[in-house]
Amino acid sequence: MFADYSWPELGAIFAMQGFAGLILFSVFVLMALGLAIIFGQMGVINMAHGEFMILGAYVTYLVSNLFADYMPALFGGYFFLAMALAFLASGALGLLVEWGLIRHLYKRPLDTLLATWGLSLILQQIYRSVFGAREVGVSIPDWMMGSLPITDLIEVPINGIFVMTLAVSISLSVYILMFKSTWGRQVRAINNNRVMADAVGINTAWTDRLTFGIGCGVAGVAGSAFTMIGSTGPTAGQLYIVDTFLVVVFGGAASLLGTIASAFSISQAQSIMEFFLSGSMAKVLTLLVVVGILMIRPQGLFALKLRK
Amino acid sequence: MTERFLLSVEDLTVSFDGFKAVNDLSFYVEPNECRVIIGPNGAGKTTVLDLICGRTKASGGSVKFKGKELLTMREDQIVNVGVGRKFQTPSVYEDLTVFENLELSYPKGHSVFGALMFQRDDPVKARIQEIAETIFLDDQLDEKAAFLSHGQKQWLEIGMLLIQDPELLMLDEPVAGMSVAERKKTAELLNRIIQDRAVIVIEHDMGFVADIATRVTVLHQGQTLSEGSMDRVQSDPKVIEVYLGH
Amino acid sequence: MSLSSFMSRKELIGFAILAVIIFLVLPSILDSFRLNLFGKYLTYAFVAIGLALCWGAGGILSLGQGVFFGLGGYCMAMFLKLEASTPENTAIQSTPGIPDFMDWNQLTELPVWWQPFYSLPLALIAVVLVPVFFAFVIGFAMFTRRVGGVYFAIITQAFAAILTILIIGQQGYTGGVNGITDLRTLLGWDIRTDEAKTTLYFVNGALLFAVLLIAQYVRKSKLGRLLIAMRDQEDRVRFSGYNVANFKIFIFCLGAAFAGIGGAMFTLQVGFMSPTLVGIVPSIEMVIFCAVGGRLSIIGAVYGALVVNWAKTTFSEAFPELWLLGLGGLFIAVVMFFPNGLAGVWSEKIEPRLLALIGKSKTRDADTPAGAPAE
Repeated sequence: MFADYSWPELGAIFAMQGFAGLILFSVFVLMALGLAIIFGQMGVINMAHGEFMILGAYVTYLVSNLFADYMPALFGGYFFLAMALAFLASGALGLLVEWGLIRHLYKRPLDTLLATWGLSLILQQIYRSVFGAREVGVSIPDWMMGSLPITDLIEVPINGIFVMTLAVSISLSVYILMFKSTWGRQVRAINNNRVMADAVGINTAWTDRLTFGIGCGVAGVAGSAFTMIGSTGPTAGQLYIVDTFLVVVFGGAASLLGTIASAFSISQAQSIMEFFLSGSMAKVLTLLVVVGILMIRPQGLFALKLRK
Repeated sequence: MTERFLLSVEDLTVSFDGFKAVNDLSFYVEPNECRVIIGPNGAGKTTVLDLICGRTKASGGSVKFKGKELLTMREDQIVNVGVGRKFQTPSVYEDLTVFENLELSYPKGHSVFGALMFQRDDPVKARIQEIAETIFLDDQLDEKAAFLSHGQKQWLEIGMLLIQDPELLMLDEPVAGMSVAERKKTAELLNRIIQDRAVIVIEHDMGFVADIATRVTVLHQGQTLSEGSMDRVQSDPKVIEVYLGH
Repeated sequence: MSLSSFMSRKELIGFAILAVIIFLVLPSILDSFRLNLFGKYLTYAFVAIGLALCWGAGGILSLGQGVFFGLGGYCMAMFLKLEASTPENTAIQSTPGIPDFMDWNQLTELPVWWQPFYSLPLALIAVVLVPVFFAFVIGFAMFTRRVGGVYFAIITQAFAAILTILIIGQQGYTGGVNGITDLRTLLGWDIRTDEAKTTLYFVNGALLFAVLLIAQYVRKSKLGRLLIAMRDQEDRVRFSGYNVANFKIFIFCLGAAFAGIGGAMFTLQVGFMSPTLVGIVPSIEMVIFCAVGGRLSIIGAVYGALVVNWAKTTFSEAFPELWLLGLGGLFIAVVMFFPNGLAGVWSEKIEPRLLALIGKSKTRDADTPAGAPAE
């Protein structure tokens, strides 16, 4: 298998698959970040997370059509507006869902799992009714198409670089928010001791709602990124949901840094293996390795040392 | 040397994120001894019990019970070897009746197959009845544990330990939160049950301690501050300064 | 265990009513096509009963029961496929004597791990043992390391995904996305005829009751009480001297065994087995059958499987869009408003009124298991 290629060729293959993997990594990171915020900080498992992502993708699709129809001159810049709107749309839906559903189920994680699965079915059906059952493609502005050649053998897709930059900046923003802002402090306080946080006057209900909303908003941005690597359809959210959960659990849900490291290793492993094995076997192998490691080390590969 | 002692704790240490809650602690308990551990809050008393019964993993040291090393055993293995522990806040099976609580603690049918084949036969019922009488709950056998008073729950938990017939019983503040009447009854109960076994008790009520203690160990910041008879400890100036007051 | 502690009079009546419905009412009002459909629904009930023990009593939510259902089903399908792939039947293939999908994928001989499935006794043993083996491995790895709750659920979901992708990807060996189809006879007996399907319905019903009785025994034994104690206060059970992991492994394996039997009966009655029964979506639907029935009630689990599947067949044809909305809403409603499902509605709302009507006061049933917790 490996012997067929010369060293520089192998290097190029790894690099290119690595880059393809980096786009996958970016989507994973954005999805996992949103989920890690919600699960790691709040203990809530949101099985509808994929649907929040797809909402962002659909918003991007709508914005791209809007610009194409009414403001073709500005088409090059539509993507940034689309991402912002995706964040707001998914975030708003998140706030609504937290208020209507999640807040009643905080102490019952297994029940939240089931209820949010039901929500995902409902959302999928709504998307099907509103946007149609077929998948829709999103046209990318010209400047994002094509690749940049780095060396003779290695070419890097521009949209890939864009998505990666996006993932990095959002991760940084979330990190700053979580550790520097008032909201972040409140979330961490609640995480440590909810009763005391309540007692010192933190509005835990609103902080929870905001946290859920932000987690979903980040998923919406992931959806925008997703439009560049896959077609958007009502069931597309299901594609990555298992991977995303594994990324979060593998990374040791409590740690944002762990989540990023975990997303990186899983996406890279899968993408590199995809070149040498068939797509399905690469996926199976990656999943098996992740699950295997989790069975040996349940707190995740990158978890910080816990007390017991 | 270790044969003389039922429980040998040596250089026991546990560290939480760098903070040594228990720091190179050593003490020895003889069979049929009643050892009371006292000390200010945060001294590590409950943590010591947690380490011995396996609830918390130690960072170092050794705990030998009848020559067997407990620190490498699982919680249930430690129980089956003969060490029973009562928690500070009563932890009973709230949804089950008093009878069922005691039945679950009955030392038979603890394997999967044993639990499947377990019969609620006469010896079991007789023993449960006997224990229920000892803990003043023989009239409440069909009552759901959730409906018992705080004191009654403490007694039930003591009963759940008694029915296992442990050689070493560890009690964490057994009379905390009890009314005066309940305290008296509990003292009576404890005086009876410590006859046949070694007991480690954590307590703050000095009158209670004086009543039952064979020896007293005073803990402070994870280490032994003083050890000996109640009189000796009470007059030790170090203990007075840190804990008992003037 | 004495007879009265095995089953109270109330429970006996419940079992009897179910038996009457399954063995008398349904066969007399349904034609053989619809009876076969209900037989299919009842195969899901095997899984739901297992979940009532694992999840309802034990607090172990498995989102991957489709794996065990599928493994049992595939074992049976492999036996039936080999029987249907005699050299005479497959004379037109490049390699006669092997299943058609193997031939399409240019396989020239039967893989060695298919060989044991020429034998019915071995296949039947595999139907139970293969799911139990995998359940044991997964359970041992997770429960001895005290992984439970949400983490466990997600990992079982990952296994459902893994097995599905594996089956679909290895179509030469497994029949791929279409599954193993065109099954014809069981030891010469044609399973495709109406009479055969009706007979299989009754066999299925009998097996279901055998499983129900086993589940009832487990629930009423000390192990059943221990499961509930472990679900609510796992640490306390450890300190009562029990190795909690062993009990969780046991009940998880038992649920897997039940699911495997259900899968095999599915293959026999419906005539095929495919990865659509193995993955994430069918696995979580099996949970909803149990939840609708009332997660603690094994009889409820059967009704839950029947009701939800009947609704699915009825509505998804007539109103496909409404069906998904309805199913999603069902998940939410059951979790938020009816945590004890149909069994809860029955014992809390309907039964007291019925008893009041016939003049009896509701006496406290000492055998009623501890009420369903929020989880």
